[in-house]
Amino acid sequence: MSLLEVKDLQVRVEEREILHGLSLTVNPGEVHAIMGPNGSGKSTLSHVIAGKPGYEVTGGQILFKGEDLLEMAPNERAAKGVFLAFQYPVEIPGVTTWNFLHAALNAQRKARGEDEISSPAFLRKVREVAKSLNIPQDMLKRGVNVGFSGGEKKRNEILQMALFEPAVCILDEMDSGLDIDALRIAADGVNALRSPERAMVVITHYQRLLNYIVPDVVHVMSKGRVVKSGGKELALELEESGYAQFEDAA
Amino acid sequence: MNVVAKTETGRALGDAFAVVRDRLPGKGKIADQRREAFEAYERLGLPHRRIEDWKYTDLRALMREVLPLAPAPDAAALNRAAAAVELRAIDGVRRLVLVDGAFAPDLSDLGNLDKGLSIRPLREVLDAGDAALSAQAFASDTSNPMIALNGAMATDGVVIDIANGTVLAQPLHIVHVASGATPTAMFTRSLLRLGRDTGVTLVESYLAGDGAKAYQTHDGLIVAIGDNARLDHVRLVEDSVDAFNISSATVSLGAHAHFNTFGLTSGGHVSRYQLTVTCAGEGSNVETNGVNLINGKQHADTTLFMDHAVPHCASREIFRAVVDDRAHSVFQGRIIVRPDAQKTDAKMMTRALLLSDDAEADNKPELEIFADDVTCGHGATTGALDESLLFYMRARGLPEKEAQALLIQAFVGEAIETIASDALREVAIATAQRWLQARA
Repeated sequence: MSLLEVKDLQVRVEEREILHGLSLTVNPGEVHAIMGPNGSGKSTLSHVIAGKPGYEVTGGQILFKGEDLLEMAPNERAAKGVFLAFQYPVEIPGVTTWNFLHAALNAQRKARGEDEISSPAFLRKVREVAKSLNIPQDMLKRGVNVGFSGGEKKRNEILQMALFEPAVCILDEMDSGLDIDALRIAADGVNALRSPERAMVVITHYQRLLNYIVPDVVHVMSKGRVVKSGGKELALELEESGYAQFEDAA
Repeated sequence: MNVVAKTETGRALGDAFAVVRDRLPGKGKIADQRREAFEAYERLGLPHRRIEDWKYTDLRALMREVLPLAPAPDAAALNRAAAAVELRAIDGVRRLVLVDGAFAPDLSDLGNLDKGLSIRPLREVLDAGDAALSAQAFASDTSNPMIALNGAMATDGVVIDIANGTVLAQPLHIVHVASGATPTAMFTRSLLRLGRDTGVTLVESYLAGDGAKAYQTHDGLIVAIGDNARLDHVRLVEDSVDAFNISSATVSLGAHAHFNTFGLTSGGHVSRYQLTVTCAGEGSNVETNGVNLINGKQHADTTLFMDHAVPHCASREIFRAVVDDRAHSVFQGRIIVRPDAQKTDAKMMTRALLLSDDAEADNKPELEIFADDVTCGHGATTGALDESLLFYMRARGLPEKEAQALLIQAFVGEAIETIASDALREVAIATAQRWLQARA
C-alpha cells in the first residue's frame, strides 16, 4: 500500500481555488521533490496535508496508509506519523523547547496507546539528536524558536522530525533563509532520517537543495496541478529552462 | 433575613448591622468607630455602576442577596474547614486559620513563635481594649463603602506584629475558609505591622469547605511596612464558584522598604480586590502582580491604587487575565504621582487573553502625574490565542486544549515568575494548573 495518496485534490481559500485536482502517490522509502514557481500551490498542499485551518477541500481525498487524512485533526495526523517541517517555524515565548517536545511526544504516544516516555529516556534521546544536529543544550531551555536564527529554527524542525520518527515528512521550503553551511547541516540531518519505511516530500523553489537531498521522483507544480513528473534529472532540466514552459501547460 | 430584591440590598445590610452591632467585639471607642464606619457606608450605599470606581463591578446588580452573619463555627464546621485546609496545605508555613470569620486556634499553628513575632486574634485585641492598635486597625478609608462596611462588621482576624530587626524565614499563611452548611456572610479584618529592618512572607488563601457555596467573604488587610523592611505577599482566591469575595488591602511603605505582592484569582462567582499601596518613605520599591483565571459566569475585579507620595520610589505592575466562557475580568490600575514625588519610576502593563467570544475583559490603566521629573508608563492589550502558534503545536501532536494550556501557562508565567519564593511560585503554578486541568 502507498504511504500517502493525494487524489484529485481541490482546495479553496476564501472562495479562490488554489489546487485544481492534484494527484500524488508516495511509497515507503521514496523521496519526492515538488518544485514550482511562487503561487503554484506547493505550500497549500503541505498545509492541507498537515490540517491547517482556513483551507476548504472541495473535492478529492488524501489517504495516509489507506485512511482518510482529511477526517483527522492536525494532532491526530501527527500521532499517525505525518510531519510537516514548517517554512516559517513559529516562536513560542514562555514555552521551553524541552517542555514542548516532551509534551508533544507524550501526546503522540498517548494517542497511539503507548506508554509515556520517562523523563530520563526523553532527555537522553533529545540530547543525542541535538548533538548530531549541532544544537546546543541551552537552546533547548529557551522558549521554542525564540531568538533562534533562520538556520537554528530549521535545525529545530529536523530535531523534532528525528524525535517523533514520522512515516511521512513534508519539508516546506526547508532551504529558504539558509546559507550554504546551514543548508548542509539541515540536509545531513534529513538524509540521516531516510529509511526504507519512511517517505519524504521535499517542497522547494530551487534545485540547489536537491543536490543535498537527492530525490527519487521530481514533480513540477504549476497553477494548482502536477504538470510533469520525472526522475532527479528533471530538477536539473528546470534549473536550465525555468518554469515558464509549464505556465502554458497548466 | 435573606433579602432577594436587589434594590433592597443596601437597606437590608443596615438591618443586619442593627441586629449584630451589640455582639461585635470592641466597646467604647471601637464601637463608635464601627458606627461611624457604618454611617459612612450607609451614606454611600452599595456601590453601583454610576460610581466611576465601580463602573465594571456593579454590586447593586451582582449582589442580589444579603446573607446573615455567619454563626461561630461548631465542631462539624471546624472539621469541614480542616479538611479543606489540608487539601490546600502549603509545606513549611505557619498556618493561621479563620473559619466563617472567626479565628480557629485549633487549626492554627501558634506554637514556638519566633522571637520578635507576635500573633493575636483580632477579637482578643479588641476585647482587651488596646486603644492605639484598635485605632490603627479601624482607621482606614471610609470613603470606600465596602471598606467602611468591612470595618463596621468585622468580627475577627489576626493581628501580626514583627519587631524591629526580625527576619522570618518561615512564611505566615492566613487561610480563610467558609465551612458551608448554610449560606452566610463573613467579615474579617487583619493587621500586619513590620518594624524596621524586618522581612516576612505572607500568604493568604480563600477556600470553601465541602458543600460551601453561596457565601460572602468580606476581608480587609491593613499593612504597615517599616523602614528598610521587606514584605512578600501571595494571595490565592480559590473560593467556591458561587461565592462572593469583596476584599481590600491597604499597604503603606516606609523608607527603602520593599513590597512584592502577587494575587491569583481562579475562584469565586464575584470577586473584587481593592489594593491601595502608598509609598510614604523615600526609596521604596513596589511590585504588584496578578493573574485572573476565570470561566463560566465568574466576575473578577482587581482594582489597584498605587500612590507615590514621596520621591525616589519605584513601582511595577504586571497583570494578566485569562477569560473563558462568559466570564468577566476587570483590572483597574491607577497610579498617582504626588507633586513632591520627583524621580518616581512607575510602570504598569496589563494584558488579557479572551478564550471565547462571550468573554469580557476591561482593562483600565490610569496615570495621574503631578510631578515633572518622573518616568511613568502603562500599557494594556486584549487578544485571543495566536492561531498560528496553536496550529504549530497541534501539528506536533498536541490536542487543542493541551496546546492552549501551554500557551496560557506561558501567558500567565510572566506574572507568576515575579514571586520571589521558589516554593510559593510552585504553589501558584499548581493553582493555575488545577484551573487548566479542570478546563481540559
